Amino acid sequence: MSTLISGARVLLECLSREGVEVIFGYPGGVTLPLYDAIYDNPIKHVLVRHEENAAFSAAGYARATGRTGVCCATSGPGATNLTTGLVDAMMDSIPIVALTGQVLSKLIGTDAFQEADTFGITRPCTKHNFLVKDIKDLAQTVHEAFYIASTGRPGPVLVDITKDVLMAMSHYTPVTEIHLPGYKVVTDGHAGQIRRAAQMMWEASRPYVYAGGGILAAGATPELTELVDTLDAPAVCTLMGLGGLSSSHPNFVSMPGMHGSYAANMGMYECDLLIALGVRFDDRVTGRLAAFAPHAKVIHLDIDPAEIGKIRTADLPIVGDAKKVLSKLNKNLKEMEAEMAPLHSEDRKAWWKQIRAWKEEHPLAPSFSTDEIKPQHLMYEIDKLSGGEAIVSVDVGQHQMWAAQFIRFNQPRTWICSGGLGSMGFGLPAAIGAQMAHPDKLVFAICGDGGFQMAIPELATLANQGLPVKVVVMNNGYLGMVRQWQDLFYNNRLSSVEICSFPNIEMLAGAYGIKGRIIRSPLELVPALKEMIAEPGPYVLDVRVTQFENVYPMVPAGGAINEMVLAPPQPVAVP
Amino acid sequence: MLMTISILMENKPGALMRVTGLISQRGYNIESLTVARTLDPMLSRMTITVDVDSRQRSQVIKQMNKLVNVLQASDLTESPAVLREMVLLRVRATMENRTAILKEAEIFAGRVVDSSVDGFAIEATGDPEKLEEFIAVMEAYGEIEVTRSGMVAVSLESKKLRLAPPVSKHHDESVEAK
Repeated sequence: MSTLISGARVLLECLSREGVEVIFGYPGGVTLPLYDAIYDNPIKHVLVRHEENAAFSAAGYARATGRTGVCCATSGPGATNLTTGLVDAMMDSIPIVALTGQVLSKLIGTDAFQEADTFGITRPCTKHNFLVKDIKDLAQTVHEAFYIASTGRPGPVLVDITKDVLMAMSHYTPVTEIHLPGYKVVTDGHAGQIRRAAQMMWEASRPYVYAGGGILAAGATPELTELVDTLDAPAVCTLMGLGGLSSSHPNFVSMPGMHGSYAANMGMYECDLLIALGVRFDDRVTGRLAAFAPHAKVIHLDIDPAEIGKIRTADLPIVGDAKKVLSKLNKNLKEMEAEMAPLHSEDRKAWWKQIRAWKEEHPLAPSFSTDEIKPQHLMYEIDKLSGGEAIVSVDVGQHQMWAAQFIRFNQPRTWICSGGLGSMGFGLPAAIGAQMAHPDKLVFAICGDGGFQMAIPELATLANQGLPVKVVVMNNGYLGMVRQWQDLFYNNRLSSVEICSFPNIEMLAGAYGIKGRIIRSPLELVPALKEMIAEPGPYVLDVRVTQFENVYPMVPAGGAINEMVLAPPQPVAVP
Repeated sequence: MLMTISILMENKPGALMRVTGLISQRGYNIESLTVARTLDPMLSRMTITVDVDSRQRSQVIKQMNKLVNVLQASDLTESPAVLREMVLLRVRATMENRTAILKEAEIFAGRVVDSSVDGFAIEATGDPEKLEEFIAVMEAYGEIEVTRSGMVAVSLESKKLRLAPPVSKHHDESVEAK
């Protein structure tokens, strides 16, 4: 008979069997038994400075690796602070397991100190959640949580554990089987549908690949690349899908959507077959639905059956795992190639000619100035230094869009971005998670001056862990994206968007023992970025950029995707 | 339009909250909801009528089926099914109209479950339109008080229950439901 161990140790045994290397967390009253067990456990615990950032860091770790990230918080405020991170992971289908402590079972419902209905509060924030009140259920539940988080359409799962369960003494019995009869995941895809899809792809004159986060979740980059090569079709990656197909691939057009390139959006509008792979037809991509890919038949592949037909009716739906389905699809395409490829080869040449013409007509070209640092210039230089290989974690807003437009991602899981929820304050903690997973990689956290201030406490975590994250603050003195909308749609009445009292970064970083520098001149930009990268530890670079630059192209909310605003309105000469 | 959904789910804490939460989260309105254990005490059967745009019907079912505790959610709106509701109604009756009330109740197959000098308590079951008529008729006799059970439904088709098989731990492949 094995020795009696505490529930907390049973929990850590489960985590170790799930291959967990690191937990991002913050201790508290009811998780004391857990932290006592963590004290001498080989699993590393990273003390964050706010529980929300524990969830963001766990998600950053998961986004950079594909493995399930783990975060931990105490009951009450600890658990409620996690919720933004949980919803963020839910929207972007990121596998994380959140562990929260709960008050003693006998105190549940008595409004005990630091009691909150975590189970109720996090129901809509998670893919599934559990409340464990009996030590007998603990191990099984924790393994189920990891199973649910990482399979099918990934997502966050929360396990709320009462303090008495963490303290109870029991034996650890290995869990041999998971039985969730209602949890059905279809991965293979219907063979007939896959064959028909291949046929449709050869029959199209203007095929267009629209790839999203599902490609990354499935690890289907090689299969997607093969498909694009075989068909020689132009391809776009959504904000969540960047890196799913290498940005340096000759068929990669760019990102589509609200701030997508002219060519990417025109391609969406004019294609006759939209090959939608692991995407959810987000409103930021489609614009006004009636004008979205109006001439196209749609093949829609997704692992979540509820995504099929949710927004746009699919002419050919396939439910399955992108890696498995695309691998079969590629076989089918190859079998038909000799016979069918010549069918529309002329049309396809014309299609490519058209795409290239759009690219030349309105390229995504960075702008430069000799007086001030243009934000696009900043991203352009970061891209040159990265060479498509660095991990780039971003916050939310203008800098995020410029980064997506100008930085290349030649590998999957190098672009770390809060896409669906758009959570400010995400960039730095997510970069911490990514750097924990890849200690030797170059990791940038690019933030705006707004989002950075939401994450300042995590500079302490950076210093504490000695993580060499390169924090770039694109500082325009405004909440830039909101200012842009006030400028364009609210008569430039700039309401509560100016960021006054921004701290002196050199002093702020210095206070944490981190190097910091402020730059204002374009001449300083490259040397400063190089100095930052050469620094072995963390570094914060405050880049003062043009204040009133807007992100273009722009499809105004609810606008048609082919009707982009390409540049700021030019002043009209008064006669 | 009104849509009738039948859900078979695991009888676990929070299961009801997951279903009702999903309905409000996705912006649908619940008209009625009934839930009780099945022959297997580990499972519950829930009948929900929801007011949704007709184009949303399959989306509602897909979202329900995504819930981990839901074994099967089916749309009974246009499939062969028996839909019934029960009404418990108290009507004040004077000595003069007692007989008439009893006759009316009989027409609607209502059953008197309590009788006093003040009046009757009557139970009736049927499809919702028939019950509406019954309630309207009884209202004509005076002050009434009504409690409705909400819809319960049973499908007349035998639908194969597809369940995910157990997965052995450290087995990397995902579950496949055939």
